[in-house]
Amino acid sequence: MPATALTELDREITLPAAGVWGTKSRKDALARLTAMGLPNRRDEYWKYTRPETLTSATPTPAAIFDGNDEAPMFDAIDCLQITFIDGVFDANSSEDLEMAGVSIERLATAMENDVHWAKDLYGTLETNGQNPVQRPLAALNSATATDGLVIHATGQAAKPVLIRYLHQNETSDAVLHHVIKLDDGAALTVLETGPAAARLNKVMEVDQGNEARFNHVRTQGRDHARCAVTHIFARLATESRFKSFTLTANGVLTRNECIIEITGDDAFAHVAGAALGDGDFHHDDTVFITHDAVNCESRQVFKKVLRNGATGVFQGKILVQPDAQKTDGYQISQALLLDDDSQFLAKPELEIYADDVACSHGSTTGAIDETALFYLRSRGVEKDEAQDLLVLSFLAEAIGEIEDEVLADEIQSRLESWLKRHRS
Amino acid sequence: MLEIKNLQVSLEEEDKQILKGVDLSIGEGEVHAIMGPNGSGKSTTSYVLSGKDGYVVTDGSAKLNGNDLLDMEPEERAAAGLFLAFQYPVEIPGVGNMTFLRTAVNSQRKARGEDELSAGEFLKVVREKAKALKIDADMLKRPVNVGFSGGEKKRNEILQMAMLEPKMCVLDETDSGLDVDAMKLVAEGVNALRDGKRSFLVITHYQRLLDHIKPDVVHIMANGRIIKSGGPELALEVENNGYADLLEETA
Repeated sequence: MPATALTELDREITLPAAGVWGTKSRKDALARLTAMGLPNRRDEYWKYTRPETLTSATPTPAAIFDGNDEAPMFDAIDCLQITFIDGVFDANSSEDLEMAGVSIERLATAMENDVHWAKDLYGTLETNGQNPVQRPLAALNSATATDGLVIHATGQAAKPVLIRYLHQNETSDAVLHHVIKLDDGAALTVLETGPAAARLNKVMEVDQGNEARFNHVRTQGRDHARCAVTHIFARLATESRFKSFTLTANGVLTRNECIIEITGDDAFAHVAGAALGDGDFHHDDTVFITHDAVNCESRQVFKKVLRNGATGVFQGKILVQPDAQKTDGYQISQALLLDDDSQFLAKPELEIYADDVACSHGSTTGAIDETALFYLRSRGVEKDEAQDLLVLSFLAEAIGEIEDEVLADEIQSRLESWLKRHRS
Repeated sequence: MLEIKNLQVSLEEEDKQILKGVDLSIGEGEVHAIMGPNGSGKSTTSYVLSGKDGYVVTDGSAKLNGNDLLDMEPEERAAAGLFLAFQYPVEIPGVGNMTFLRTAVNSQRKARGEDELSAGEFLKVVREKAKALKIDADMLKRPVNVGFSGGEKKRNEILQMAMLEPKMCVLDETDSGLDVDAMKLVAEGVNALRDGKRSFLVITHYQRLLDHIKPDVVHIMANGRIIKSGGPELALEVENNGYADLLEETA
């Protein structure tokens, strides 16, 4: 496929080769992107986060980070491990893509297949998610993703799928697109870990059937210089459950968007995140949950700990459509600023068209509670350790969103290590 | 044990002197009580001893077994054997009571150059001490003081005291907000820690606590000074006549 010159976008977009439906999907995505254009600083939705490093033709090089002082993330958990190095599937360090209850393929393989279930899903939830707010970088992803996984859960997955994203090339530019479909009653846990590349653009589309359960925990690595934009698009049918938790420690720029449409009654969606930033760190959580069914619950719980000039952003919305009665929506975004140089920018939004709903939202920015700090110190706990305990106390509500205790403990121990390394 | 000499303290934020020369000497194994009207400087004394921010010591000294307390960080004072039972114990969501206790105990042991207690050893000791204070397993598991009743919070303070085994215990209005039964339970906990060596400074508004924790010496504090000291009968005198007579006497 030849490069397409797009003057509207100020950069050239090359569509990777794909089969018949893949090529059509990519062209459609490119058309969407061309219509909306790449984001720029004047866009309301990009008011707090500068998109330039995410939209430029080439990425800003990012130094490789050596995180060998810690055991690999999720190492102790029995998983099906799949590895991408700088955005490219690595067969050598991946296990066979075979597991009871699930079928897994590489995106490229699925695209070459003329008849494939993923054909109807690839780019579809992303397209739905473009309204009412445009997400050009997700369209860019659908047009240009070079690799990814196509996962079909037909029953209870035998074990979690662990996707490891290694970063080994200082100038790598990864565009990954996963498509995940859960049949009625299917259950799947996806774990993701690692920085992936100098620059990552990742989309994950998750389509859940009735009573399907999707559980997602990810950590975005410890690299300082990498930047990333990620989108999760999920569609939830009746009585399905969606849970996602993200730990972000370090990273010069991260924009994590999560767009969920609840289309079936009695479903729930919980999205949570903990972000830890020290110095050159900009982290943006942008969440949009649409309730379009009766008696559904959604939660957004995002906590950020910021120091030495780090910046946190939260843009979260709950949209309750006219027929979505008995909606229970909760949204909390909080930042703990460990000094005066750091900042938190929050835009919490509720838009409700149904009259029988319970929605609450809150956003706070605060410092360490001096009284609590004194209380701990008066019991003999050293100042640094006391402060760490209070930071963990602050993050506890977000960590509490992880259902699986083993995973929660793993995240907790990483938080503790990070705090120890970043004591003032 | 505790020697306070001419302690003068002002607020950091405003030019206001709170303590105007406090002298107090507590010997080993003694129980002293400080009573006094609101705003007399009782709680400030406890905060300054334990090292809370916001106060400036302008003169005087406070020594624990000869060591200058005012020169130490709060955690160093704790490791040296000072304990303050808070009037308003602080809630710390997300930190389990047990984790907190163990961190505190082991921090102090580490500071004193002692071996840390293993999880097993710690658990055994804490269960035993919690039982005496009617603190159940659930209270130990829950986040520190979160959702605790007033009585539970105070009992939790005494549990910390029992676990940390301080030399000098300061109780800041431990009876406030407690009903009679809860107060008795707390007092029993305190009395169980009286071993002839450990010293106590009990700050209170009311004589009734002193019925349960019997003091050796009672001090009356007013306007930033100790204006009168005496035996337990002094507390009864205050209970019957209020502070007015005493204040006039010394004015």
